[in-house]
Amino acid sequence: MSTRKPSSKELPIGAVVTKSSMEYETGDWGVMKPQTDLEKCTQCTLCHYFCPEGAITMNDDGYPEVINKYCKGCGICAEECPVKCIEMVRTK
Amino acid sequence: MSELNLKQASRKPEGLAAGHRLCAGCGHSIVVRMILKATRGPTIATSATGCLEVATSIMPYSSWNIPWIHNAFENAAATASGIESAWQAQRKRGKGPLAKYETLDVIAFAGDGGTYDIGLQALSGALERGHDFTYVLLDNEAYMNTGIQRSGGTPFAAATTTSPAGSVIPGKKEWKKPIDDIVIAHGIPYVATLNPAWPMDVMRKSRTAFEVEGPAFLHAFIGCPRGWRYPMEKTISLSRLATQTCLFPLYECTLEEGRPVYKLSGPSAAIARRPASKKPVEEYLVSQGRFRHLFRPEKRDDLIDSIQAWVDQKWEILLEKAGV
Amino acid sequence: MSEKQTLMGMNGDESVAYATKQVNPDVVAAYPITPQTIIVEKLSEYVADGEVDYEYVAVESEHSALSNCVGASAAGARAFTATAANGLALMWEITFIASGLRLPIVMAIVNRSLGGPINIHNDHSDSMGARDSGWIQIHCENSQEVYDASITAWRMAEHPDVLLPIMVCLDGFTLSHTMENVLTLPDKVVSDFVGEREFITVKGHMGETELRLNPDVPLTFGPVDLQDYYFEHKLHQIDAMKQALKVIPEVDAEYAKISGRSYDLLHPYRMEDAEVAVLGLGSTMGTVKYTVDQLRDEGVKAGLVKMRVFRPFPSSDLVDALKDIPAVGVLDKSLSLGAPGGPLFEETMATLYHLPKKPLIANYIHGLGGRDTGPQLIRGVFESLLEIKDKGEIGDPMNYVGARP
Repeated sequence: MSTRKPSSKELPIGAVVTKSSMEYETGDWGVMKPQTDLEKCTQCTLCHYFCPEGAITMNDDGYPEVINKYCKGCGICAEECPVKCIEMVRTK
Repeated sequence: MSELNLKQASRKPEGLAAGHRLCAGCGHSIVVRMILKATRGPTIATSATGCLEVATSIMPYSSWNIPWIHNAFENAAATASGIESAWQAQRKRGKGPLAKYETLDVIAFAGDGGTYDIGLQALSGALERGHDFTYVLLDNEAYMNTGIQRSGGTPFAAATTTSPAGSVIPGKKEWKKPIDDIVIAHGIPYVATLNPAWPMDVMRKSRTAFEVEGPAFLHAFIGCPRGWRYPMEKTISLSRLATQTCLFPLYECTLEEGRPVYKLSGPSAAIARRPASKKPVEEYLVSQGRFRHLFRPEKRDDLIDSIQAWVDQKWEILLEKAGV
Repeated sequence: MSEKQTLMGMNGDESVAYATKQVNPDVVAAYPITPQTIIVEKLSEYVADGEVDYEYVAVESEHSALSNCVGASAAGARAFTATAANGLALMWEITFIASGLRLPIVMAIVNRSLGGPINIHNDHSDSMGARDSGWIQIHCENSQEVYDASITAWRMAEHPDVLLPIMVCLDGFTLSHTMENVLTLPDKVVSDFVGEREFITVKGHMGETELRLNPDVPLTFGPVDLQDYYFEHKLHQIDAMKQALKVIPEVDAEYAKISGRSYDLLHPYRMEDAEVAVLGLGSTMGTVKYTVDQLRDEGVKAGLVKMRVFRPFPSSDLVDALKDIPAVGVLDKSLSLGAPGGPLFEETMATLYHLPKKPLIANYIHGLGGRDTGPQLIRGVFESLLEIKDKGEIGDPMNYVGARP
């Protein structure tokens, strides 16, 4: 990724934003990441809703998938999972 | 009402993208994600200055997958009223870029500072004029973005950096401003309280707010691990406790033949049916650093009791209004 | 060939309202303040009588008036407001935002002095206080100019090379409440002239789109613009102001074809061989013209330069107009307390400073709080300038015309 910042002429008029924050990865903020035990998962979707990052998506089979590059490791998903199938583990 | 359920909505594209810079465990994005899952289609949003605005729009990055504008701090309602007026004018004339949209969900997001305090005038004006928009109060009970200063939405006895718990004064001296009553007094068609611990309730009420013609007001409970000083994984459980103690009851208020009609929502209706299930407010207070001085160095039963009495009275008044 | 026109008796406020009715923007959001009230009353009447179909938003403050216009304009609407004095002061925060987000809002400023102590009469302390906010400023001498500028402003503001908001300034009471003859164009001619608002295309974070809040291709307006981007966005505004110096005369020339009335950034009057000249803004310039004619009859080589466009500042035209004049008096109708002089004086000095040969320039503050500036006072200004020219020097450049010492 280039660190050169765009010149004034390269920036759009109106000071509108040029990039999605999806390009800004917040996954290195935390030290803990969720680990899921899908055997226990009831597909209730609560972890998806309770994640402040939108970093837990529901896959085609209806199970949660954690996008680690955005997860800040807050641990709400593990705290709230009704069947305790998410555990926070230290990654660094 | 068109269909909304947890499974379907979980597959809906996010209105607020990942990569934002809200604190880990912040309640803002949880609630905003749920609300945006309930939009009907074309949507334009504006945010007042505050945590949500700052953390989601740091140039050159944006987390907003919907058209979004930040104008200033005190004018979210006025900005939204301009967006709505543009749509109404162009729709009426059948020309202009917004003319083609049969519905447009116009949303104003603002914090407690931007609503209880500096933005109250613009909010009142927009409600009085009857614009068709949804105002969302994201209430984390202090000016968190600038470093936890007290607002009109900060609860009694909470320590903030401008209402510190000192040796003489134990935190904020004033009670939380009754913002919902103030809004309801405007006679708008829909007011509801939201708690992220109940996602389906949040989405259903948001959808109702969008569908109602005229102004709708959603008051969302937003936990703040940093400002309230609690562990970040507790945001949802603490929010749940706020409703279970009746400190933040969940209800809707609609307007029928000019009269406000209150209806308790699931968890609060359950407490109304079984009053014994109402939890003591102390349980809520003790888990947060902002109320630490009520418990240490010595327990301040006098203050805890007065908070409990205040909560009890507000709850009783609400029960009366709801005809329970 | 110019169009057939109708002569109407209108004051300045009515001229703003009538032109705005003919333009028929999408949204009008305004809050009443003396001496702007006739504008909002008229614009409300047109709605009540079904003569227009814009949304009239009776906001609860000037701050919300401009905030509403920002929302409406960003959503792709034409948005209009009007204010004066303390109303503009209350909007001050949002004036910078409207310009910074490049929203072509048109606002009439019915110039009134800014309290305190409170005063409802005319001077320029309100619009001068907003001179750094990134708005184009057109100052009108009479109601005809007010009417014309209230039409042309839209084309200037919305020009793709400009995209800046515009203040159309008219002096409170002197113009706003004084009936004059105004030639007006047919509605259809005005609406054809202003056409529909057009948008430039930008590449945002979700793709290419017109520069507006587009539900189909979302843009983010008003981001947190910190030390790594803010400055470049200011360069954009600087460039837009430069472009406006070219675009304004182009629009005026096009308007001259339909109206027969020509406007310039600056209007020199009897300057061809002038030895003493006055530079100023607004309705006082009519009085100066009258005095110049009298002095010319008496053999005094007096002239006038009326500045119509104050922002962007027409530096190059000003140099051409003043460089060979021995003594110049700058009329300021506002103060910059504690500064070396009034705002127009300071900017004129800065503009002429680099010239090898430059006029002697004195500053005449006049008309504060609505103090009448009649021909006798203007004559006094010219007498003072003749003395400066003869002596070849200026003592204290500051003069407070018409004030009791």
